[in-house]
Amino acid sequence: MLTGENIVQSVAGLLNWVYSQLGISALAGFINPIISSVVMFGFISVFVMFLVWMERKVSAHMQSRIGPNRVGPFGLLQTVADAIKLTTKEDVKPVNRDKIPYYIAPIIAFVATFMGMVVIPFDKGMVVQDLNVGILYIIAITGFTVIAILTAGWSSNNKFALLGGFRSAAQIISYEVPLVLSVVPIIMITGTLSLTGIVEYQEKAGYWFIFPQIVAFLIFITSATAEANRAPFDIPEAESELIGGFHTEYSGVKFAMFFLGEYIAVVVSSAVAVTLFLGGWLPVAFLGFLHLPGFIWFMIKLVSVIYVVMAFRWTFPRLRVDQLMDFGWKVLIPFSILNILVTAAVWLFLYGKGAQ
Amino acid sequence: MLEQYGYVLVFLLAGIFFILMAFITGWLLSPNGLLGLKYKYKKEIFEDTYECGVETYGTSWFRFNVSFYLYALLFVIFDIETVFLYPWAVSFKQLGLFGFGEMVVFIAILLIGLAYAWKKEALKWE
Repeated sequence: MLTGENIVQSVAGLLNWVYSQLGISALAGFINPIISSVVMFGFISVFVMFLVWMERKVSAHMQSRIGPNRVGPFGLLQTVADAIKLTTKEDVKPVNRDKIPYYIAPIIAFVATFMGMVVIPFDKGMVVQDLNVGILYIIAITGFTVIAILTAGWSSNNKFALLGGFRSAAQIISYEVPLVLSVVPIIMITGTLSLTGIVEYQEKAGYWFIFPQIVAFLIFITSATAEANRAPFDIPEAESELIGGFHTEYSGVKFAMFFLGEYIAVVVSSAVAVTLFLGGWLPVAFLGFLHLPGFIWFMIKLVSVIYVVMAFRWTFPRLRVDQLMDFGWKVLIPFSILNILVTAAVWLFLYGKGAQ
Repeated sequence: MLEQYGYVLVFLLAGIFFILMAFITGWLLSPNGLLGLKYKYKKEIFEDTYECGVETYGTSWFRFNVSFYLYALLFVIFDIETVFLYPWAVSFKQLGLFGFGEMVVFIAILLIGLAYAWKKEALKWE
């Protein structure tokens, strides 16, 4: 049967054969990571292009429009056309910018989220590297986006950009706390930080963590939406107030990099949500007779979660700044802490007899 | 183990490389770039800071609202809390009731801190 593990093994075998033919087997340790990063970059670029198309189709559908339908079949190549447009666009650089941070900011914005892809398990064994601190690593790496946003806002030397950057930083750090706390119950139950380990625990236990941990799931998906600066939490870019927020002064390729980074952030956080709460590559119980390979299940779940995140955008109005901060600090953080304590108490009550 | 983090390092370098390639492509193809169309423009107007069509007044590197700082301080406290929570969560099953009691005390102290900040209106956005 076709599984992610088989594919990875056959590709690895093929690569080893090529290395031995070329007589560079000793360099495999250097070439393999490079190949995997190129593959991951290719995958993520194509997937983000699909997602942008999907977002436009979803928003069009929700507003009774048709959406992109001219370039390619069903307008699928619209995003490619957009990417070409952005690349060939003039790069307007404000004269008063702070030169070096102005260039560093889009690099951090992209790289910070791109590095998160290292530990995402698409299937059993189909993961770039299964770090044993996986979930902590993802949270730590994606936390760097706030630096990119602050740098962008500051170095543009534009009042709107600065305000957008500050607001965005305040929002991201406020929602980072409930995001991190909502993951803790899962780690308590599984006793591992590795993403593969968490999915394997769900496979063994026979249920997905969304059922005992629905509160954690809701907190996670809300905070992840806020972390990615998406509507209804898109105050940093509120077009009607702040023009473009922190990327007001960015154009052309640099803007495209912020855009790409934002979508990769959505992909990474949705992938983590799928892994932690929706059973990763495990099949849906009553559809198990389909015998689809694990990574297909993973992608189906991933696209569904991303669809939900996109649906948020057109279902809720944008929050006001003070409401946004209040919601984070006065609702989500107490609830996520309460969730940890309740989970711990219930687990100890049910299974804690022999644990001490 | 180290080999695993080698992948992380390669992803970091590769990410930077891809971005630089994109920058170079943009620089090659964009108007007034190396290969793109050339035209003349008034630099001081064209590359001025965007401010709704009004002439830019002064710099934007000024002092900002203190409430951002309060939130940042609170964030640091709670982020350190999570740093302590993660190792506890991993070994939660071995620690059992005693570990749970300890963590309740720890979290309670932090929650008192949050309640104090709330009462003092540090969480009030102005």
